[in-house]
Amino acid sequence: MGELVQLASFGLTEGEVLSALGRVKVRDVDYADLYFESCVSESVSMEETLVKRATKSVSQGVGVRATAGEKTGFAYSDELTKKDLELAADTARYIANSPSGAQALPAPVRQRPTRDLYPVERVQVEVATADRVALLNAIDAEARRYDPRIKNVMASFNTEYKVVVVATSDGTLIGDVQPLSRLQVTCIAEEKGQRQSGSFGGGGRVGFEFYHEGDRHLRFAREAAREAILNLSAVDAPAGVMPVVLGGGWPGILLHEAIGHGLEADFNRKKTSAFSTLLGKRVASDVCTIVDDGTLPGRRGSLNMDDEGTPTSRTTLIENGILRGYITDKLNARLMGIPVTGNGRRESYQSVVLPRMTNTFMLAGTSDPDEIIRSVDRGLYAVSFGGGQVDITNGKFVFSASEAYLIEGGKVTRPVKGATLIGSGPEILTKVSMVGHDLKLDEGIGTCGKDGQSVPVGVGLPTIRIDEITVGGTQR
Amino acid sequence: MNQQLQQRDGYSQLALDLLAKAKRSGATEADIIIAEGETFSVQVRLGAVDRLTKAREKHLGLRVFVGKRSASTSTSDFSPDSLNALVAETCTLAKAVVEDPVSGLPEADQMAGERPDLDLYDPTRLNTEQQIDLAKRVEAAAMSTDERVTNSEGGDFDSSSGRVVLGNSHGFLGEYQSSSFSMSASPVATDPETGAMQRDSWYDVQRKFSKLNSPEAVGLEAARRTVRKLGARKVATQRVPVVFDADIAGSLMGNLCGAVSGYSLYKGASFLAGQLDKSLAPDYVTVYDDGRIVGGLGSRPFDGEGLPTRKTTVVERGVLKSYLLDTYSGRKLGMASTGNASRSVGENPSAGPTNFYLAPGSKTAQEIIKTVKQGLYVTDLIGFGINMVTGDYSRGASGFWIEGGELAYPVEEITIAGNLKDMFAGIEMVGSDLVFRGRIASPTVKIAEMMVAGS
Repeated sequence: MGELVQLASFGLTEGEVLSALGRVKVRDVDYADLYFESCVSESVSMEETLVKRATKSVSQGVGVRATAGEKTGFAYSDELTKKDLELAADTARYIANSPSGAQALPAPVRQRPTRDLYPVERVQVEVATADRVALLNAIDAEARRYDPRIKNVMASFNTEYKVVVVATSDGTLIGDVQPLSRLQVTCIAEEKGQRQSGSFGGGGRVGFEFYHEGDRHLRFAREAAREAILNLSAVDAPAGVMPVVLGGGWPGILLHEAIGHGLEADFNRKKTSAFSTLLGKRVASDVCTIVDDGTLPGRRGSLNMDDEGTPTSRTTLIENGILRGYITDKLNARLMGIPVTGNGRRESYQSVVLPRMTNTFMLAGTSDPDEIIRSVDRGLYAVSFGGGQVDITNGKFVFSASEAYLIEGGKVTRPVKGATLIGSGPEILTKVSMVGHDLKLDEGIGTCGKDGQSVPVGVGLPTIRIDEITVGGTQR
Repeated sequence: MNQQLQQRDGYSQLALDLLAKAKRSGATEADIIIAEGETFSVQVRLGAVDRLTKAREKHLGLRVFVGKRSASTSTSDFSPDSLNALVAETCTLAKAVVEDPVSGLPEADQMAGERPDLDLYDPTRLNTEQQIDLAKRVEAAAMSTDERVTNSEGGDFDSSSGRVVLGNSHGFLGEYQSSSFSMSASPVATDPETGAMQRDSWYDVQRKFSKLNSPEAVGLEAARRTVRKLGARKVATQRVPVVFDADIAGSLMGNLCGAVSGYSLYKGASFLAGQLDKSLAPDYVTVYDDGRIVGGLGSRPFDGEGLPTRKTTVVERGVLKSYLLDTYSGRKLGMASTGNASRSVGENPSAGPTNFYLAPGSKTAQEIIKTVKQGLYVTDLIGFGINMVTGDYSRGASGFWIEGGELAYPVEEITIAGNLKDMFAGIEMVGSDLVFRGRIASPTVKIAEMMVAGS
């Protein structure tokens, strides 16, 4: 893949970048960085058996940032001339007390990330539109073949090819190429005037061939169709507190909402997180160990380096039930005096860096998944979810099931309609009494929102039993 | 001023040039949207500047039709080489997708003729110090009123302005400028006995700086909303009347908006498919979408396809009277566009609201709460537990328990569930307190009964 610091593709020389960086890093500025990004996104979508929409978007720009104490000055520009860089630099350094006086910075060491978690060539991502169209057509046929009650199939395939270069005042000049793609299928089923929907999807930092491996695209189509058909016979969900068994994989969204956000360093530095006084304390039962790991090859939430040029890592958040650590970016790590974990992420050059999750999951336990279900007399078995949300400060979180079943007498019985589950982050994991040996990561569809910024993330979970959580159905 | 005028002519000319180029590259029809803007945002925390962001940006979106095939592209790179390549690529992309019989621009004779000045732009520019001062004042007001407010997620003041140029191959060329000013405070309160924390926020947003509430009023309201949550507890699972605070009732109008969007309807993905002219709610429920409210946050002189905006009665005295449509979704449903094409640069148009609201009734929020013997007053909702295909609704909630017509104590960690069809049919009262703080608004709403799940 050669040299990753592709400054030339931004029409800039190392000298110009260094000069701009020196202009931002005035005396009272603790840290400054420039983030250059060029991104090409393409999308095709299908409905009513027609692939009738195709879009392509090109964006390029630079974000310039200075931090001084707790203050951040930030400016961005979609023009990359020397003049625009200087203007952005002057804006960013406004927060420092010393208004001017460019500093000469040591020559940075040109680096490339020490590993390549997504060795994908550009041609594997930006495949011909005809190939994308064929992929979606095959999905439509497969979903309709699954069951004649499938009345509409909506599918979309999105790719992104992002080239970034980060220049920092602590002497780093590093680049990365970040491919990303996602295939999403939604089916509408209809029977006797009643309609239901089902969705499935996946992807990652992978090439186009990923979707054909083992006919993955057709499996996505069947899964979406299956969920839609299943929901046609779903009964109303129960309401109230009960035991809930979560299936493996995507239900790991529980961890993302219940504890992940609460362990992001910014909220804890500001002491506005329900977890900010709980480091070293028990926040989960001893069968729970939870990590955030940005180093898994090809995963949607993985990165060779974060958006401050720090290599991503595996951070233990909870170890046998004890809260061990926060996920950090440079600013919060410095202010809190804790290690940088490589979780400084941003949606694009237009957004500031925040501590964000990568792939967050619970390690496998020892229980047999069937035994976990058998242990419940009356409860819910939830295997697929829509989105979730959390109030960081009081710790209350929700996540909404899209495929769930009643457990009656230790057996999975009828499918129930979607329902929201609500709990309290610092408490819910203390109620996890069994953890399966079947850890599964999700298929690669997650997008996390914070402060209006969206970034791709992953989650994972073995089958677990939660002794009690409030289920927001409509039936007593 | 001269420079600004010159640039204005520049973008209009650029649009015309690119439309001509698209035609020469094989497009039978095309439209182009150019958006440019500048934003300045200040966040302070505990009295000191926390973050300061300043930027200018521009973006151009091109949609071409080659017969009945179409594609859309966008770029932030306006260099001639890049734009020439974009035109060629868009035409190539269009040729790669299938024919769609109803695709195409609106009919030429439907394009917006008169373009009213809706007073969407305020030339006021605040300097950095003024904006920092306003952000500090809104946070200080939130921090100073009650000693239980112990911390802060910050006070914000944002200003932005921008311009949209839209042109198409029918010869339509329009543009408008708009601005917005907003502030918010997000205080954190601590329960002196248990140490438990609560956070809430309050905000105001206006197109004119002079119309903004005072930072002191916004900060005080943020503190009031935060402190009143202290001591919140769960309640038992039960079926009760639910009153939605005006701010949160807006989310019900947002749900309605999604369900009457032409795109969900023709895909069969809305619980309101086939419900036109049928009763949706009691006769005191009337809902409008009005794109021409002077100074409105959702107002614009023409929509994302250049069609005139207008006032549409969506629900008239309880009966569903109109969907929100753009040209494409209208054609799919055999109807005319309602002037609701919403367009973000680079995307195909979709059908969305302008200023969408439930017409106010006559009762105050307090009078409505008085009618509830035992029930829930919702001030906050979290999560995404809504199935738009079936209308099934289940969301996390917090607010207050109502006993004997009075707010008795704060509640949290509960859900409310039902079906949106039943919820709209079950609207028992509509408040008088309609205030726009965005494009979608509602007064206080009382729903006869929902399932509350708690302990």
